[in-house]
Amino acid sequence: MDELLQEFIAETRETLDALGGEIVAWEADPSDRARLDAIFRFVHTVKGSCGFLDLPRLARLSHAAEDVLAAVREGTRAPDRALVDAVLAIVDRIGQLVEAIEGGVSLDDSGEDELIAALAEGSLAAAPVSVGIASRAPSRSVRLNVELLDLMMSGMSDMVLARNELARRLRVENPDPDLEAALERLSATVAEMRDTVTRTRMQKIESLFSALPRMVRDTAAAVGKSVSVHVEGSEVELDREMIEVMRDPLVHIIRNSIDHGIEVPAERRRRGKRENGRLCVSARQSGNQIVLEIADDGAGIDVDRVIAKLVRNGARDERELRQLSDKAKLDLIFEPGLSTKDEVTEISGRGVGMDVVRAALEQIGGRIELDSVLGRGLTITIHVPLTLSIIPTIICGVGDQHYAIPRQAIEEIVSEGAESIRVDRLGGGSVVRVRDRRLPLVDLSERLAIPSHAAPGGRMLAIVTTGTGSFAVAVDQVLDAEELVIKPAAPAIMACGLFAGQTLPDTGKPMLMIDCAGLASDAGLSFVREAMVDDEPAAAEVSQPPALLFRDLDGEVRAIPLAVVDRVDGLADGLIGVSAGKLRLTTDGQIVPLAAFGAWQDRANLSVLRLRDGTTEIGYAIVEPLDIVTLPAEVLPPITPGVVAGTVLINDAPVELVDPHWLFATLADAAPLSDPAARPLCLIDPEDSWLESFVRPMLERSGYRVAATAAPGETPVATICTGPSVINDNKVVRLRPEPTGHVDSIYRYDREAILAAVAVRASALGSRT
Amino acid sequence: MTLFLLAQIAGASVAIDANQVESVVDIGAITPAPRAPAIVRGLAALRSRVVTVLDPRVALGLPPSETTARAVIVRVEGHHYALLVDGLDDVAPFDLEPLANGLTIAPGWREICRGVVTRGDEPVLAIDLAALIPAAGTGALAA
Repeated sequence: MDELLQEFIAETRETLDALGGEIVAWEADPSDRARLDAIFRFVHTVKGSCGFLDLPRLARLSHAAEDVLAAVREGTRAPDRALVDAVLAIVDRIGQLVEAIEGGVSLDDSGEDELIAALAEGSLAAAPVSVGIASRAPSRSVRLNVELLDLMMSGMSDMVLARNELARRLRVENPDPDLEAALERLSATVAEMRDTVTRTRMQKIESLFSALPRMVRDTAAAVGKSVSVHVEGSEVELDREMIEVMRDPLVHIIRNSIDHGIEVPAERRRRGKRENGRLCVSARQSGNQIVLEIADDGAGIDVDRVIAKLVRNGARDERELRQLSDKAKLDLIFEPGLSTKDEVTEISGRGVGMDVVRAALEQIGGRIELDSVLGRGLTITIHVPLTLSIIPTIICGVGDQHYAIPRQAIEEIVSEGAESIRVDRLGGGSVVRVRDRRLPLVDLSERLAIPSHAAPGGRMLAIVTTGTGSFAVAVDQVLDAEELVIKPAAPAIMACGLFAGQTLPDTGKPMLMIDCAGLASDAGLSFVREAMVDDEPAAAEVSQPPALLFRDLDGEVRAIPLAVVDRVDGLADGLIGVSAGKLRLTTDGQIVPLAAFGAWQDRANLSVLRLRDGTTEIGYAIVEPLDIVTLPAEVLPPITPGVVAGTVLINDAPVELVDPHWLFATLADAAPLSDPAARPLCLIDPEDSWLESFVRPMLERSGYRVAATAAPGETPVATICTGPSVINDNKVVRLRPEPTGHVDSIYRYDREAILAAVAVRASALGSRT
Repeated sequence: MTLFLLAQIAGASVAIDANQVESVVDIGAITPAPRAPAIVRGLAALRSRVVTVLDPRVALGLPPSETTARAVIVRVEGHHYALLVDGLDDVAPFDLEPLANGLTIAPGWREICRGVVTRGDEPVLAIDLAALIPAAGTGALAA
């Protein structure tokens, strides 16, 4: 049944139950104005809802009763016995009809005319006895106060904690197996119960999505664009509190997409896109997270313009910005007060930027990712936890004490003693250099005034990111990862601003959770820049490129030019495997070829250098990154060409320099990540599933773009077909299912021949133009 | 007549309105709460709940209590607090009487004092535990 209708039935039934007493009282004293008003409100509400829900019989009855009651209220009619009877008969009838609708039974409308006629002035006709009393269908839903649900949730959290304590005590006392089995059963029940209670607070994300089509239409119209929106995953459920927090960021992102991302129709035509912009908003659940995706087919983020804007605002140095990785450049749109559109429009660009969006999402433990292809569109992915009350944390030790840090805030954890880490005192504070980043260092033991137990240089550094910037937090040790129920601590404890709440972990010792943003402001950090990029006078670096020094798998120290290193990853989130004859790394949902010069199988901790030449990406497995050095001008050439480009002297020791050119030439997959729009176009018939699933991927891997039709202004290099073609020009490549056959067609599994045929046509086209 | 809990705080007998007290407990290990006012001794686990442990001696300008075993639990604005006491004597109904005029009471006591009850022939100061709870930001009792 329709949700609105159900709501109406529940509401009407509720009011009717409450009205029961009023009706009896009004019957006893028809001049009672308060009672009259209550009944009038009821029929008035029913009438309003009926018009909306298209329930004509109910509408007619309630309308008639409303008219009469209005007359009584105005004093033009006296509430005599007959009138009261007639109104009450109608109220009863409304109740019967509502039950009938809910039960799905039909109730014939005989007698309803009489009921209405009985309302007429001077009518003596007694209200007919109601017919066919519908049996009240047992209700399958109740309406609950949200506060009650919250109470249930907090009770549930207490129950989880009580169970934890019980388990802890039993562990100490070495219980007999029966007791343990009972506890296990309790644990299972509690866990199940927790899920159920959590679900009671869930709401379909539909309540967030349903307003989008209208909003998109209005927003697009206001800026003279035409945008169609496609919504997916409305049935995904999310804590209702989360839905509320997500509302503003989502609206903001969508408005941005329409205003900044999607081009005006004329511009879209020029670029060979459909005039109608397309916006796709989808939600899905992934583990205990909800993933929201907002994808548009607009212009994408013009990184150069973002940089130009930031430089023009005077906040940032251009050279420094240009050196950032692609991802870091995209992330510049989260800089405060940035609007890439040059003029302020009515829709967006009023100073509320993506920085606010990101801060709002981080507040609830969410994160936001960007994937932009210039000219093709932008996809924004938002990850948020399912509920607010249970937070994944990392537990750290400082002195004798343990503190929780929200997992979401931590970028990585490094050891102070690692070779790639350097801590310096600088102007009264500490800074740490982690590979190519220089970050402020906050000593947690100092902020909490607890003596540290760590040996000098033996601390662990958690690199945390808050809405405004990143910094390193020094702790004595990193102990554990745990999901904790976090509750607010007493005001006197929260007052210092360092803590986000308290919790009782499995150890049974209460613990405080650190508020990273609070810690930063307590330590007096102010973030002007997202990360303090090395701003040492770089005299040597100007003439000679920097290189990353690392320990290779075979134990040798090698160097690689820093320019090709996109980033260094720990291997916890990736998988190495051999597929399609090459060693490959699976990470972040993509597969990249991997170079490994040494045994990688049995190593506990590997790192991977992610190398990029601008279009393709490969991985290079190493033991650990060591330092960033300046390459000397002199390189001793190797004896044979290979992965080693030569030997250089670094810190008076010979170091082999890895040749990125050789790596890419040997390892990189043929398919470049280049701008798809620039690739030569091949046409296939998308209805032909064999072409679609066999030929399309092969062509795309070989660097072609595949489509069903050419956009205006585009010239395809070839058209691939399997049957007799309707068009017949020299661009057609015909495939046949038999290995042998006529010379003007190619056996469809002869990969080389197909690619050669396409290549011939491509070069023919190229030479003509 | 109101039910009062007779307890020892800072070597003195005090009467606490029993309606304020949720329970009387023995508390275990205390987790310090850094940067909190001095009256806050830290956090303790109590039947799977976290309570904030307060030391009334500090509010009275005395050095912190050396024993941290017994405490009375009060609930203020949704938070549970455990107030350390030296010992408990009795629970009995008393009439709350106003303080005699001209009586001088040391600062610290003055803020929490609500009147006097008479036990046998001995007057006992009735105190309001809620007045000991430090509010956020004020730090009035931090000394």
